[in-house]
Amino acid sequence: MTFKLPAIDYLALAPMLVLFGAACAGVLVDALVPREWRYHVQVPLSLVALLASGGFVVALANRKEHVVTAGSAVVIDGPGLFLQGSIVVLGIVALFLVAERRLEPGGAFVAQAAVVAGSEADRKQMRKPGVTEVYPMMLFALAGMMLFCSANDLLTMFVALEVFSLPLYLLCALARRRRLLSQEAAVKYFLLGAFASAFFLYGVAMIYGYAGKVDFRGINEAVLGSSNSKTLLLIGLAMLAIGLLFKVAAVPFHVWTPDVYQGAPTPITAFMAACTKVAAFGGLLRVLYVAFERSSWDFRPTLGVIAAATMIVGAVLAVTQTDIKRLLAYSSVANAGYLLTGTLSMNRDGLKYTMFYLVAYGFTVLAAFAIVMLVRDSDGEATHLARWAGLGRRSPVFASLFTFLMLAFAGIPLTSGFTAKFGVFAAAVGGNMTWLVIIGVLSSMILAFPYLRVVVLMWLSVPGDDTPTVSVPGAFTAAALFVGVAMTLVLGVAPNQALELVNDAGAFLR
Amino acid sequence: MDNIQYSAAVEYAAASGTLSSIWLLFAIPLASAAVLFLLGRRADKWGHLLGVASVVATFVLGLVYFFQLKGLSGNRSAEVDLFSFMPVGSLKVDFGLLLDPLSAVFVLLITGVGSLIHIYAVGYMAHDPGRRRFFAFFNLFIAAMLLLVLGNNYVMLYFGWEGVGLASYLLISFFFDKPSAATAGKKAFLMNRVGDAGFAIAMFLMFAQLGSVNYDDVFNGVNQLTQGTVLVMGLLLLLGACGKSGQFPLQAWLPDAMEGPTPVSALIHAATMVTAGVYLIARSNAVFSANATLQTVVVSIGALTLLIGCVIGCAKDDIKRVLAYSTVSQIGYMFLGVGLGGAAYALAIIHLLAHGFFKAGMFLGAGSVMHGMQDQVDIRRFGGLWKYMKITWITFGLGYVAIIGLPPLSGFFTKDPIILAAFNRPGWTGWLFGGAALLGAGLTAFYMTRLFVLTFHGPKRWTDGQHPHESPAVMTVPLVLLAVGSVASGFLMSTSVVDWLTPVLGKHAEEHGRLGHWTVTGMTMAVVALGLAAGVLLFRKGTALEEQPAGPVVTAARNNLYADTFNELVFELPGRYLTRALVFLDNRGIDGVVNGLAAMVGGGSGRLRRAQTGYVRSYALSMLGGALLVVAALMAVTLG
Amino acid sequence: MCGVDYLGSYRLLGLLLILGAAFFTVAFTANRLLSRRAPSAGKNATYECGIDPVGGDWAQAQVRYYVYAYLYVLFAVESVFLFPWAVTYALDGFGMVTVVEMAIFVAVLALGLLYAWRKRVLSWT
Repeated sequence: MTFKLPAIDYLALAPMLVLFGAACAGVLVDALVPREWRYHVQVPLSLVALLASGGFVVALANRKEHVVTAGSAVVIDGPGLFLQGSIVVLGIVALFLVAERRLEPGGAFVAQAAVVAGSEADRKQMRKPGVTEVYPMMLFALAGMMLFCSANDLLTMFVALEVFSLPLYLLCALARRRRLLSQEAAVKYFLLGAFASAFFLYGVAMIYGYAGKVDFRGINEAVLGSSNSKTLLLIGLAMLAIGLLFKVAAVPFHVWTPDVYQGAPTPITAFMAACTKVAAFGGLLRVLYVAFERSSWDFRPTLGVIAAATMIVGAVLAVTQTDIKRLLAYSSVANAGYLLTGTLSMNRDGLKYTMFYLVAYGFTVLAAFAIVMLVRDSDGEATHLARWAGLGRRSPVFASLFTFLMLAFAGIPLTSGFTAKFGVFAAAVGGNMTWLVIIGVLSSMILAFPYLRVVVLMWLSVPGDDTPTVSVPGAFTAAALFVGVAMTLVLGVAPNQALELVNDAGAFLR
Repeated sequence: MDNIQYSAAVEYAAASGTLSSIWLLFAIPLASAAVLFLLGRRADKWGHLLGVASVVATFVLGLVYFFQLKGLSGNRSAEVDLFSFMPVGSLKVDFGLLLDPLSAVFVLLITGVGSLIHIYAVGYMAHDPGRRRFFAFFNLFIAAMLLLVLGNNYVMLYFGWEGVGLASYLLISFFFDKPSAATAGKKAFLMNRVGDAGFAIAMFLMFAQLGSVNYDDVFNGVNQLTQGTVLVMGLLLLLGACGKSGQFPLQAWLPDAMEGPTPVSALIHAATMVTAGVYLIARSNAVFSANATLQTVVVSIGALTLLIGCVIGCAKDDIKRVLAYSTVSQIGYMFLGVGLGGAAYALAIIHLLAHGFFKAGMFLGAGSVMHGMQDQVDIRRFGGLWKYMKITWITFGLGYVAIIGLPPLSGFFTKDPIILAAFNRPGWTGWLFGGAALLGAGLTAFYMTRLFVLTFHGPKRWTDGQHPHESPAVMTVPLVLLAVGSVASGFLMSTSVVDWLTPVLGKHAEEHGRLGHWTVTGMTMAVVALGLAAGVLLFRKGTALEEQPAGPVVTAARNNLYADTFNELVFELPGRYLTRALVFLDNRGIDGVVNGLAAMVGGGSGRLRRAQTGYVRSYALSMLGGALLVVAALMAVTLG
Repeated sequence: MCGVDYLGSYRLLGLLLILGAAFFTVAFTANRLLSRRAPSAGKNATYECGIDPVGGDWAQAQVRYYVYAYLYVLFAVESVFLFPWAVTYALDGFGMVTVVEMAIFVAVLALGLLYAWRKRVLSWT
């Protein structure tokens, strides 16, 4: 047997390599730079790395040359680049939220995560600045997400999955306030995530047993021509799908979502809601469209039922929520259902509009969590909905912005939510999934209710004594909020450019 | 049976000259609303004036465009594509506007009546601290409503549709400290969503079948579709129309919506928004005319709703609710008209316009009465007011005569032809629907007489401390203008507007039905006289101040014919139980299963359970169960 | 139909497993049947270098053991990648590039060690 050195197109990998390099540098910074300087070094370092990575993505997109590189482990194609670009841009906005230190002395993160919650040492560290390891961890996660979207075989995909999951588990445990809740969220997320990873890995093994290969092209050929038992294929496909559906928070693999969203520090929740969604759906799209397109008749009914259940359960449970973060968590579950609807259309429109939806939703959800961060009292964020009553009187500007975001979630026209929903539903009708669209429309009807309930609560109630104030945002949060709201508006009123972008992205390279 | 056939393709001319700026129509009120929102309390002093000025300016602009349009020869329409909204691939939606004869009359109605009601609201809301906010919502509504009628495709219509829904929801709940107002807002919202879902699905169906949602593409393409597709598409559109226009079975929200301030009731829930359903059907006449079953469904809904409205209207004691049910019933007439198709489309539209005048006038009159009677709404507590509020009395009286259809006021010229057209529907159904419309006319005369007599005549039955007085001029001037409209509009519109609308709704030969024009007019006059006389005789001496025990029919009518109960059973209960069941499952069910399993396995698992904290195990179990289901389902689909 | 032929190559493995289990069971059963027994309490006690055991079987371990174990595993796993690399890097067409790549790989791990050292994980106090 002879080995050949795989050719590596370093330029094609540059967006990810930059982030990995910067993340390693970040670890170095944390090891060597004096404590008081770390924040001031880490934030510019991460920002520059993300901008450079974004620059490389743009350069690659202009190169218009789609390659399979590093053996056949990584593919750089139109949709992959679009998803990578979205992850970088949303990552920058999320970084703004993470870097905010004005709202609370020391930022939203704890100074020492390992201290026993509630102990003397824990109380002492309340005033200390938060850990700066969050920045390299975020960069690792972002690079892993980008790799996940452009992996060309199942093993690379698994590695990428772990690379972006592990930092997220850790980040969840780092909330400054409500330490126990935060640690509980992290443990839950970790255990269930490991469980789902096991499913994924088992699926990889099954598919390898069936196809004798793990790269998507080989699997695609095997689906057409293999003489092996189809049972292996089906079990493998199901296991892979479960691993991915866990990450996108589809019913019944959504159970972790509300607890983790509530417990995690809010900037990290925003980061997960925006970027992890993009990555997970990017991976799901690639697996289904590239590797298993030919067995779409096998999986569409089953995954369709999951999509329907996701939309209905997410919407119905959102109705009874009393905590804004949990409400947004269930809304994220329901949105996963709409995205699945787009994904399952299995046509070009489906791919385009699912990608558009991911970006539109990402910006809106980042802005929404930015406002959740701002509404606070002496105990930190006031997330109980009853506390939001009458907020419109106290701070009309922020209440107006939040109203706009809620309307976008509800899919009211002239917001990005409408354009995106319209797109995925139209694609699904084109892909003969009309029954799913009907359920989708019904579910968004139900889901509009909790959103508008928040709007009514803010505007049409009298503020009580315990209505919290809205903190004046620091420059970082203000920037994130502005970008999120502006993009929600732009993608709703003139989604032209963005739609052309997803259109130009074309199809996956096989 | 139907004589409409679109031989010539629907085609809209591109706008030129002044007409290319029709976007100003909705941009002006929108800008005004934005200013009022953004400036906040700083605009409290002059906000209402800006609100009024923007709508009046829009009205003037609307007139200019109207005459421009009138001056066009040949294809009287002006289409403007502002920008491509979703231009990619098979999906192509433009942010496009269309001013044609149909949208032009709606623009005039919305801005004209809207201006009067805005002026009135300056007086009505004078003492309300939230006046600026109110005018901001009001401007927003006008902008959305204009967008609704000016769009050149269904998506634009849907934009406006959602916009007016949102504005109306906020305005109904305006007095949020009244729990009934908040509940009414919610009810309106939920029932509208039921309809909206139908409308949205209809749009996706158009996309799937015709690849476009532009009016011209849809209307030209509808002939290529199968009858089944047209039927489904039409029924879905109809569901949307029923939700917005308060038609059976979604009528229950409209009367509750009267919890909002009276100008809101007049503008949104009488003159404009609730007629959006009629606009939708008239606009989509090519779709509705293409299927006979569909038309029958529309006619049946119209006839049923107009009777429901009349019957409940007879039993209500709240002045605004009686008017609300009369709105439900009058829109029933319009649905009857658009359902009959052919020449009746235009009749429905002129009835809509006339109704916009007299119903808005009567609502404002009711508001004026409430203003003078310290917000009393119970008609059993009025009486003899004619002496104290002369202008209100006369203007309300003119509206009343108009609605019951006495010549020469507007109702006579617009409602009677619909009754005639209903009788002339071929087959036995003509007798059925004509009879229903005729019966409705009699009942309308009865309950409106009851309302009028109890309010303005007969003995005084006031509560203590009432000092009724006429409202200020800022309120009475709009009343007078609207009354002039109710008197004159019918005769003026009965031929001119019908001709004007011909390019949109089709040209129809004079029909010769089974009953002549004069026969039906005679019959109508007879039942109206009967109803009127009964009303006067029964209520001339006033009425009991408390509810009297009554037979089953009246009791049912007092309870809105059990529409709320019906809705609760059909729409609310399943939803509520579904929610509860899911929450229960989430909290308890899965844990319960785990605990049950644990007990079965016995003491060994007891230690395991203690070793674990939190509920990760039940999460994991549900994931495992889901995984098994997914695998099983995939296998079953493929191998089974 | 469940891929029996495909899984056929595992038959030998299955047979081996069964044989192994059988051997174990037979040996212990034979021992139990043939031997003489004289049970006493001392025989059941845990053997710890001849000293009597103290306390229960649940004991808290220092968290530092965990960190050390973790670092050890990290480098042990690294060697799994190093061995195959060691036999191929001298082949034709590999050469310098391969050496640099492995150097980067090791450097990344060393970075982790550096971080651990700076965070005073390695000092035992």
